Amino acid sequence: MSAENAIASRVATIAQTTRWRRPGRMATMIAAVLVAFFVIAVTKLLIEGPGIWGIDRPVEWGFAIANYVWWIGMGMAGTFISAALLLLRQEWRASINRFAEAMTVFAVSVSGFFPILHLGRPWFFYWVAPYPNKMALWPQWRSALTWDFFAISAYLIVSILYWYLGMLPDLATLRDAARTRRSQIFYGLLALGWRGAHSQWQAHTTTARLLAGIAVPLVFSVHTMVALDFSQGIVAGWHSSLFGPFFVGGALFSGFAMTLVLAIVLRRAFELERLITDGDLDRLAKLLLAVCLFVTYCYAVDVFMPFYGGDRHEIDTTLARFAGPYAWIYWLTLICNVAIPQLLWSPRIRRNRIALFFIGLGVVIGMWLERFMLIVTSLYRSYLPAAEGRYWPTLWDWLLLLGSVGVFVAIFLLFVRLLPVLSVFELRKRQEHGA
Amino acid sequence: MSPLKPSPPLDSSALEARRDFLKLFALSLGAGNLFGCVRAPDDPIVPSVADDTIEDLPTLYATALTRNGYANGVLVKTRYGHSVKVEGNPQHPASLGGTDVFAQAAIFGLWDAQRSKTVRRRGKPSNWMEFFDDLHARLRASRNGAGVRFLSEPSTSPTLQRLRREVAKKFPAAEWHTYSSLVRDNVYKGTQLAFGKPLEPRYDFSRASLVVALDADFLTALPGSVRYARDFAARREPAGSNTPTRLYSIECAPSPTSILADHRLALRPHELQAFANALLAELDGHTTIDTPYQRWARAIARDLQAHRGAGIAICGDHQPPAIHYVTHAINARLGNLGAAVSFAEPTHDGIDQLGSLRDLCNAIRGDFVESLIVLGGNPVYTAPADLDFAALLDRVPWSAHLAEYDDETSLHCGWHAPLAHELETWGDARAFDGTATIMQPTIAPLHDGRSIIELLAEISELPRGGHDLVQDTWRETMAAPFETSWHHALRDGIISETVSSVVSPALIAQNIEMPSASDEDKLDILFRPDASISDGAHASNAWLQELPKPFTLLTWSNAAMLSPATAKRLGIVDEDIVQIDVAGTRIDAPAITQSGLAENCVVLPLGYGRTRAGDVGSGRGFNAGVLRTSDEFWNSRASIRKTGKVRPLARTQRHSMAGSDAPIRVDDFPRSDATSNEPARANLFAPRDRSGDYAWGMAINLNACMGCNVCTIACQSENNIPTVGADQIRRGRAMHWMRVDHYVEESAQARLHSQPVPCMHCEQAPCEVVCPVGATVHDSQGLNVQVYNRCIGTRFCANNCPYKVRRFNFLQFTNESTRDFANPDVTIRNRGVMEKCTYCVQRIETARIETDKQGRTLRDGDVLTACQAACPTSAIAFGNLNDPDSAVSKAKRDPRNYALLAELNTNPRTTYLAKLRIVNRELDE
Repeated sequence: MSAENAIASRVATIAQTTRWRRPGRMATMIAAVLVAFFVIAVTKLLIEGPGIWGIDRPVEWGFAIANYVWWIGMGMAGTFISAALLLLRQEWRASINRFAEAMTVFAVSVSGFFPILHLGRPWFFYWVAPYPNKMALWPQWRSALTWDFFAISAYLIVSILYWYLGMLPDLATLRDAARTRRSQIFYGLLALGWRGAHSQWQAHTTTARLLAGIAVPLVFSVHTMVALDFSQGIVAGWHSSLFGPFFVGGALFSGFAMTLVLAIVLRRAFELERLITDGDLDRLAKLLLAVCLFVTYCYAVDVFMPFYGGDRHEIDTTLARFAGPYAWIYWLTLICNVAIPQLLWSPRIRRNRIALFFIGLGVVIGMWLERFMLIVTSLYRSYLPAAEGRYWPTLWDWLLLLGSVGVFVAIFLLFVRLLPVLSVFELRKRQEHGA
Repeated sequence: MSPLKPSPPLDSSALEARRDFLKLFALSLGAGNLFGCVRAPDDPIVPSVADDTIEDLPTLYATALTRNGYANGVLVKTRYGHSVKVEGNPQHPASLGGTDVFAQAAIFGLWDAQRSKTVRRRGKPSNWMEFFDDLHARLRASRNGAGVRFLSEPSTSPTLQRLRREVAKKFPAAEWHTYSSLVRDNVYKGTQLAFGKPLEPRYDFSRASLVVALDADFLTALPGSVRYARDFAARREPAGSNTPTRLYSIECAPSPTSILADHRLALRPHELQAFANALLAELDGHTTIDTPYQRWARAIARDLQAHRGAGIAICGDHQPPAIHYVTHAINARLGNLGAAVSFAEPTHDGIDQLGSLRDLCNAIRGDFVESLIVLGGNPVYTAPADLDFAALLDRVPWSAHLAEYDDETSLHCGWHAPLAHELETWGDARAFDGTATIMQPTIAPLHDGRSIIELLAEISELPRGGHDLVQDTWRETMAAPFETSWHHALRDGIISETVSSVVSPALIAQNIEMPSASDEDKLDILFRPDASISDGAHASNAWLQELPKPFTLLTWSNAAMLSPATAKRLGIVDEDIVQIDVAGTRIDAPAITQSGLAENCVVLPLGYGRTRAGDVGSGRGFNAGVLRTSDEFWNSRASIRKTGKVRPLARTQRHSMAGSDAPIRVDDFPRSDATSNEPARANLFAPRDRSGDYAWGMAINLNACMGCNVCTIACQSENNIPTVGADQIRRGRAMHWMRVDHYVEESAQARLHSQPVPCMHCEQAPCEVVCPVGATVHDSQGLNVQVYNRCIGTRFCANNCPYKVRRFNFLQFTNESTRDFANPDVTIRNRGVMEKCTYCVQRIETARIETDKQGRTLRDGDVLTACQAACPTSAIAFGNLNDPDSAVSKAKRDPRNYALLAELNTNPRTTYLAKLRIVNRELDE
């Protein structure tokens, strides 16, 4: 059996084996339960309104927005890894790009729930879009939220296209390997008649590069747009020109961490050590460390600027982050996102799967905490001492967060089950080069 | 009668046909809620402003609402036959256009679905016919009324007093008792001491350049307070060579009056007596008494002497007669009597209410009482605990309770009969100065209720309705022709020339003893009516329950209030449950700290811990009344200890301490430095275009704001603002568009500040730029408007509002029950949309349409916002900034004008006038 056939059949087996082993079934069960949480939480929300959450005055945004930024942040990495590394001709990306792209698409999709569900009247979310209507009403163009709508939609479309385009040759491989009629039709339709002709490969490569060229700037613009949702406000703690790069850095950070976590899990679950090598994990860990340093720099600047600027409210907000009622979240964020990832300086840690897994998970959690911290610690204190408040989540906040994780995991499991989880044609190429 | 509109004053035959048509029309529409259940009163009522053209224009009816028996003149706005809003009656001497919170909340009280709707016998539904049959049988069985007792709350109503005489004629042996838990016995005992007879003090704050208040909340708690507040605030504004009134408040517990005090000293009750004595001694030239507050007494005495004949010393209702005596003596010494302080004969007989209640209790104990008719009030809940009134009531063989609610007292009475609301029936009442008002119904009784005078007429077997009863009272005394005078009295809301004449009593010298020193290991307990629900009579009123109490900003409950230092010494923090032990009787109460309270004092607000006050009022807070005895009615001694348990309290403001960052500007008067307006700030954006006819703006004078909350509740009534309940308040979701922030400056005198915060209507509004759908925008008149049906609820606007004045409907807060008294001019908001103060845009538009028809532009005063209209102190100026002569334009030119958070460059249209401190340098720290 040639090397290329070995890879193809390995990946195809993942997608087409009839039975999963116990861990897979367990994961599916848990995901199903979490999806049920999600459905219940959303139903309750639609019936009663956002008052079921802990949001209040002055903290009018809470879990929903933190979740949104968190998910969309994780959705940045896949495209970035895939597209930027493609443009930079880093071939090691082949082992991770496919599932990282999938993760992107799913995370952005999950994130898309939140800005809609968070609305007081979610059924009117489309009013943010400029669509022709009798009242001749348009969105309000000065609002970051309007542009956010475009940013998410554009990013989602490009990510899906890029992911799908990259999958075409592999879908054809699966089609060819398919044994049942049903799967032949399923993959046949998805493969869009890919035959591997030279002209097709040529078009494929060009389109992939073009899309990559579009996707990479989008990674930056989308998350800068998300950052503007905050920094456009005059809220002390938000009103900062740092937020654009800060959020992009944070997004990549959580995305890389999530990629790392998923890579380790997939590798273990499907015995892909030969395809996702220790060296790949090492490179990913280095990338993570680099972004960590950038994010650390942002944290430092975010503290420095209020004092440098001398605005009383900004200083108070910063001091309250250090020692206020939510200080523990601030410090936990720093531990997860700054302190622990410093372990990655050690080559031994970078090759220790378990350590990497937990460091990655820590960053994923730390980045959620960071979003929560940025939202709540900026809002709970106001310019007027009398308007101070508190925010604590309710059961329904937690259910929706867990539920969204469940939705993500469920979609991802479906992906693993049905689609080529690694990029077969690129791995082939890589092995040809490496061989 | 027409369901739509009260009949016009005089001849109405021309409209009969049209009205019948409208009636049929209404029925055919089947608009049950709108027309079906509501009717105008049967007897002719007279609108304040004659309006016989358009059916759906609001009609204002002048009437009065009583508080502790005294009339406050109001105008009730009626739309489609529904009474929807209370305004002050500018012609009424106790109002001058302002109101108190209770008057504003009367609309909720009127429409409260939990009011009693049926006559009940032993709890079982019955009817008036059976009740009257039983009542008459009972009365006839008595010998001339022997063994028959009446218990009522004090009333100034001439008709009621006349009917009492009728009843007395028919049943000469029947006896009458008067009691309400807000007894003012000490006032009358004080005048008894000073002048030999009970007299009603009356103050003219427009003539006072100096006020010394001894635990007297004369701005909100006395009869006539609304008027007093207006006069006092006006006199406090520097105008020309006029020096503003200086106010010293020597008090046990802070009240709205403390907010306007230039110097305040918190003393324990016995210290207050010592201080009063010291002050009098200083005036008399003796300085023998050595007290720690000697410096204060001396400085204030010197100041009083410098303002001879233009000062007021005033003592609170809760203080013992001796202090009342001292204040009368001070006023007499300084020649203030007959100037700013005068006296008249009391207009009611509630002179010795505790004595009266004791007599009743003794009579019941001696089995002298065969039948007891309780007219209003809730004595089972409010009577002092030592009398054990509930048990005594059970001993009375036959008892009946006429009350608005089927309450604790009704439970212990054989009969309960629904009392009609004051806005439903005919009556009359006198104001603090004796001015009488005919109280006309604004709506026919909603629930088969009757008034006290109707019941008395039934008892004395006068076959007359309420309208005729009141007319009978006044037919003789009103100027002829009676019909015209009557018409004018109804229209104006006052009966001319009914002010009670002033008497000029001479002071009797008395020797006031020094109080005994305090038992140091015990705390002083102060029983006080709750700031929102008073003695519990308003416990069912959700508007009042949700009204944040001044200083503590507590809603839906009471709490034992301690000063921060005392609480610290006892190791108590907010929300701790403490056990309070008064002579063996113990209650558990959540504690709350309140700055400005005297050390080692605990204030226990009354009115809570009700058991039969419906869903809204029952089971909230604790009943402080169980500790209250007839001997220690206002003050007591207690020990207090922590129980280790906590109870979360629903407060709308978390922090009141504010140091340098308090958004309150206080200027000393006379000014120590000539600072002018805030400097103009550079702005990248072009200023908003003001070229239209109108540029609306508001200026709130902090020198007149006493944090009484009337603006908040007036706004709630005007703008259909829902109540959300304690749980939602705890979550920080209060909906009041106009909130009143409270701040405490940490200093020896604990300066207290209040600041009403409506929408600032920023010219560069941070909320507008962040809304993705343009649901909040500016209009051509400079209003920052909220478009409810465009709002999708992103809440970014609320996050971005630095003043936090935006209110979000997190859940479906409005419900059907409030629709009957909703203002039809204001949209009811559903869940998921943002709302906020609109500067009462509906009032602006209504006025603009009117003036458009008249072909002129709006003038100053054509539009009053709800908060502005209701404010007793006229602290709020609202109007057109494009009119240089408008009150608001003038206010904005005042050097005291400042913008809240001006550094944010939002250019708010709402600004504030700095508070003034009329400092006495001798007492300055």
